[in-house]
Amino acid sequence: MTDIVIDVRGLTKRFGDRTVVDHFDLKVPRGAIYGFLGPNGSGKTTTIRMVCGLLKPESGEGEVLGFDVLNDSLKIKERVGYMTQKFSLYEDLSIRENLEFISRLYGLDRRAERVDAALSDLGLAERQTQLAGKLSGGWKQRLALAACMIHEPELLLLDEPTAGVDPKARRDFWDAIRRYSAQGVTTLVSTHYMDEAVQCDSIAYIAYGKKLIDSPTAEIPKQIGLYGWRIAGRPLMRAQEMLEALPGVDLVARFGAEIHVCGKDSVALERAVRAVKGAEPHVEIAPIEPGFEEIFIYLMSGAMDNFQ
Amino acid sequence: MRASFNSLFDLSWARVFAVFLKELVQMRRDRPTFAIMIMMPVMQLVLFGYAINTDPRHMPAVVEMREDGPLTRAFLASLAQSTYVDIVAVTHRAEDGEAMIRSGQATFLISIPEGFERRLVRGERPQILIAADASDPVAAGGAIAAIQQVAMQAFAPEFQGSLAFLATAPAPYEIIVHRRYNPAGVTSFNIVPALLGVILTMTMVMITSIALTRETERGTMENLLATPVRPLEVMIGKTTPYVFVGAIQVAIVLIVATLLFHIPFTGSFLAFLAAVTLFILANLMLGYLISTVARTQMQAMQMTFFVFLPSILLSGFMFPFRAMPMWAQVIGETLPITHFLRIVREIVLKGAGFADVAGDLWPLSVILLALASLALLRFRRTLD
Ligand SMILES: Nc1ncnc2c1ncn2[C@@H]1O[C@H](COP(=O)(O)OP(=O)(O)OP(=O)(O)O)[C@@H](O)[C@H]1O
Ligand SMILES: [Mg+2]
Repeated sequence: MTDIVIDVRGLTKRFGDRTVVDHFDLKVPRGAIYGFLGPNGSGKTTTIRMVCGLLKPESGEGEVLGFDVLNDSLKIKERVGYMTQKFSLYEDLSIRENLEFISRLYGLDRRAERVDAALSDLGLAERQTQLAGKLSGGWKQRLALAACMIHEPELLLLDEPTAGVDPKARRDFWDAIRRYSAQGVTTLVSTHYMDEAVQCDSIAYIAYGKKLIDSPTAEIPKQIGLYGWRIAGRPLMRAQEMLEALPGVDLVARFGAEIHVCGKDSVALERAVRAVKGAEPHVEIAPIEPGFEEIFIYLMSGAMDNFQ
Repeated sequence: MRASFNSLFDLSWARVFAVFLKELVQMRRDRPTFAIMIMMPVMQLVLFGYAINTDPRHMPAVVEMREDGPLTRAFLASLAQSTYVDIVAVTHRAEDGEAMIRSGQATFLISIPEGFERRLVRGERPQILIAADASDPVAAGGAIAAIQQVAMQAFAPEFQGSLAFLATAPAPYEIIVHRRYNPAGVTSFNIVPALLGVILTMTMVMITSIALTRETERGTMENLLATPVRPLEVMIGKTTPYVFVGAIQVAIVLIVATLLFHIPFTGSFLAFLAAVTLFILANLMLGYLISTVARTQMQAMQMTFFVFLPSILLSGFMFPFRAMPMWAQVIGETLPITHFLRIVREIVLKGAGFADVAGDLWPLSVILLALASLALLRFRRTLD
């Protein structure tokens, strides 16, 4: 048993002449919860598909759960739970039939028992005969999650598993992931929610197919070296317009009734903020520690889209 | 590659069963499609059957009388009395008759040649020519048989007394039938067994041609491919439910054929079962192969018709096989329906057994194996 569950090097995927994932390396240790972040179209889904053998990379190599990622994909598939970004269970099968189909394909014993357990965990036991297609978006998401966990995989590859899921269910979901993690289950999860990003042990950030950041979550703010100021009061709109034009300001983001201004150059940033205070004496200013939200908005505003 | 080759054959029946069961449930839920599959044979048979049962009576006929004598006039009267033909015109000029049959005003042109009576009495066996518009073979088939009968008996009342020596067997004259526009003259007994082949080709190919395409279009393919299911398991599991649908269709056609059209079933039923099973499987594989190629359900449908057309045109269903150009025969030999049609005609109409149809059973098996292997090779294990 290796302790690096995902160890891929130089994964590259091209669609036509566009390189969608470019020399992607990733090492995920056993039991880790690895966050996978990046703007839309940056190549997250493509990367996850390559890791579980659903797409053949043009080049690159690696092992997943100790099996060769290029040639042993059947062995990998038996041990991986992959949740697709788009709902991919059968809408014309009932909830129960979907779960039974999956458990049959994995050759599970005590099938009825497992399906029952999954259904009651989900809270769908009474609705088990309902067609999956008739579920609301969030419930479909929760069903898909239950389906990819039913064979107790060693590695979970979750592609935006909580998109459209309500806050309570998301909380339950993350509690479950942490529980699995404690038992040694490894998770690679893509998300656009920053409150989820902070729950991950480590984060890989990808943009236009290239991995730009790969660190333990706690180290990322320091690594980026972003400084921030909070501006509140009135007139906020005018202050925002001024700030956007000033040098040293890399990011202006509205957070409810206040503005967060961030920049890499702390001196230039402070000068800009004070200039605004001089012009609009009614606003309040205070330095802040930029959060993940600011950091990733900052990163994404700089990222070229993969479309170009 | 080596790994994928091995994985072709280590199949788990539990996974096959999982796919089978899932497919069965989906089929049951897809009521309209299921209904069409069951109704199609009935509809086709009734539609064709209507044509077959078209009473061949009162067919419009034009008589070309090149001679006007007592015997020929008696023949005309006898024809006029018959309910099989209605004489719409009597002419003395060949062009008139030809024009009427070409324009469809008459289905039959009956020509009595010059010097008919004289040659009849001399025992020279003169000919009566019957040209039939067989462009609708189903309708014409029965009528041609009827008019031959009528013409044969039309003289009977005259061959008495001094002419009694003419009441011989064979008759003292010949009836030559020319089928215009369809020299093969497919008959009704041919049509019903052939229809079985056409119905099975149509439904079996069509239904499996979307087997994988539908999964791809709905996005469920991604989930299916992420499980450890093998291509062979998917193939068997996905096609087996339709073997039963095919069996139901065969049963329907057989029942209707015997009850409604009194088709004799003279040959070996076991050989028929073997042929029908091979044929259904071959069609399912053909459809499945299409579904590994087509990217959308629309494409799958188009490819199905691409296969369906030669199956009708080049299999011997429409035109006599041996009369087709060589290249068409070569294509025809690769179509499952060509062999099936031969087998079924042999068995149902001519009372053949296993040994008689072996020459078409093995090509059918080869086609089946080739299609299945090709489909397995074409199966995309990734989403690329
Ligand atoms: N099958 C395909 N054929 C062609 N291009 C593709 C295909 N799949 C993905 N792409 C392209 O690859 C790029 C990366 O897509 P991918 O789905 O991996 O992004 P993502 O990071 O998952 O985005 P999102 O956050 O929106 O889910 C996109 O520009 C997309 O258009
Ligand atoms: Mg994605």
